Amino acid sequence: MIIDLQRFMAEQGSLWRELEAMLTRLENDLALRLTLDEVRRLHYLYQRASADLARVATFSAEPEMRRYLETLVARAYGHVHAGSARAGRLRLGTWLLVVLPATFRRHRRAFQLAVAMTLVGAGFGGGAVGLDPRAKDVLMPFLHLRGSPGERVRREETANTDPLDGHRGQFAATLMTHNLRVSIFAMAAGMTWGIGTLALLFYNGVILGAICADYILAGEGVFLAGWLLPHGAVEIPAILLGSQAGLVLAGALIGWGNRKRLRQRLREIAPDVITLMAGVALLLAWAGAVESFFSQYHEPVVPYWAKIGFGCVELVLLTLYLGCAGRGPQADAAANGRGGAAEGARK
Amino acid sequence: MRGGDVNRLTILTPEGIRFAFELAGPVTRFLAWLTDLAVILLLLNLITIPCRMLAILGADTSMAFGIVAYFVVSVGYGMATEWRFHGQTLGKRLLRLRVIDEQGLPLRFPQVAMRNLLRPVDAMPALYLLGGLVCTLSPRIQRLGDLAAGTVVVRIPRLRQPDLGAIGSGKYNSFREHGHLAARLRQEMTPEEADLGLRALLRRDRLDPEARLELFHELAEHYRTLVTFPESATDGLSDEQYVRNAVEIAYQGGRRAEMVPQSRAPGG
Repeated sequence: MIIDLQRFMAEQGSLWRELEAMLTRLENDLALRLTLDEVRRLHYLYQRASADLARVATFSAEPEMRRYLETLVARAYGHVHAGSARAGRLRLGTWLLVVLPATFRRHRRAFQLAVAMTLVGAGFGGGAVGLDPRAKDVLMPFLHLRGSPGERVRREETANTDPLDGHRGQFAATLMTHNLRVSIFAMAAGMTWGIGTLALLFYNGVILGAICADYILAGEGVFLAGWLLPHGAVEIPAILLGSQAGLVLAGALIGWGNRKRLRQRLREIAPDVITLMAGVALLLAWAGAVESFFSQYHEPVVPYWAKIGFGCVELVLLTLYLGCAGRGPQADAAANGRGGAAEGARK
Repeated sequence: MRGGDVNRLTILTPEGIRFAFELAGPVTRFLAWLTDLAVILLLLNLITIPCRMLAILGADTSMAFGIVAYFVVSVGYGMATEWRFHGQTLGKRLLRLRVIDEQGLPLRFPQVAMRNLLRPVDAMPALYLLGGLVCTLSPRIQRLGDLAAGTVVVRIPRLRQPDLGAIGSGKYNSFREHGHLAARLRQEMTPEEADLGLRALLRRDRLDPEARLELFHELAEHYRTLVTFPESATDGLSDEQYVRNAVEIAYQGGRRAEMVPQSRAPGG
């Protein structure tokens, strides 16, 4: 059977145009919600266009009409079958108090691996500096860290001027954006089956261990704690969270013990990865501000006990938040409809 | 369910309907990226205007704003535009490309964020060499970000309603004088044979004169084997006219030729 193309177009064209207009409305207005009647109409028009495409494909291969109908059906297919793919409105409170900590806990093994790799690196860096102090010339990336810790402490404690005066905002912004870039890279490096993420964690650990060993061996442990804890208590966990996201990605790529197909595994972890990265951004914004406006001030301006105490409180609060927030049946239900900040923005 | 020819992503819906997207190649995508890079540079230049205005609050505030804004624009441009404009940045829009879910569903925000956050790895060591290499090796022309996000970049076809005037509606068709033979022809002719004739007619102006003569001669010879019309119906007909008459019969049946109002192209 060969269909009468002109009659076919004359008869069906109005339905195609109606479907196209409805799709254009849906695509132009992200917040648009169709009424029940409109949804029924959309489904009906989609089915008609699908049937027309089947007829054209079966009884006539007129290429332009077929391509037009294919495009129309493809657009409508996305909207008709997208119900389960779209989440509800973004609820920032739920996301912050439930989704983010629940996502963190769901992938705690990846976080533990990130911590372990950082500790291995720190042990290596600390050991290298402990055994050979000249190693810090090789290990330290920043020139100002290669000098004597004792001299730095004396210089900082006797300084009459504020070296950051007039630059604190810039410094905070630079720290935030730099650390966020590092975290994004740590996550993205998960696509190397996690090798890149682990290498980055090891390298960060080496630097951290080398600095700690250098200051502790020089008898400046209190200064070190007062300097690093206020911002490090949040910044280091944030970078570990970014690496956790990278390792989650790597886990989905490798798929140990998971029989699902690679594409399905990646599709499932994408909301979790983005949720973790959104959490990283929040934590790093806080850490950058603290480092710029608080960490760089030492005794006698700010007592070390106050700085160390502040850092410890931050660490405890962060641990409680990530470990305990959003537990319970209601929280589990909210977390299962996860995607929060990541997924919910459209509707 | 999905399958794919070379450079095409075919999707089979639960209703049993099959449709296909043409996948965009790495070169076109690179050109779109270059366009986006130019847009990003322009936006970064524009940022200096609010930065200067914020200088009233102090040079430090102005600089801090500039640093954060630079980061937001450079990292967030792709994410914001692809999310807001359904998979299209400005560069992709100009080159008629679109990011879509590889299952044909609408993009979800995690997908958009994921494919954009993975750019640092795809861009290594420079100019998206790694991403380009992965694209060329991937059957769906996906860079690493696309693989992780479950997305593909497709071409948006230029759609036009087919011009069926080439069939010859409204012109005298001598085959219609012999209704029983016309009906027989319509019965004998397969959709593929009719489609071949239709395509030849639609493209006749693009053929070399010699090729055109040869093509229509072969088609006419083939159609003559299906049904033999009396000499009174075929006398003086060129091969091309013969094919046009036969195709018109095939597509419009026994209906008396009439001008069907040409509706506006429902594509875009």
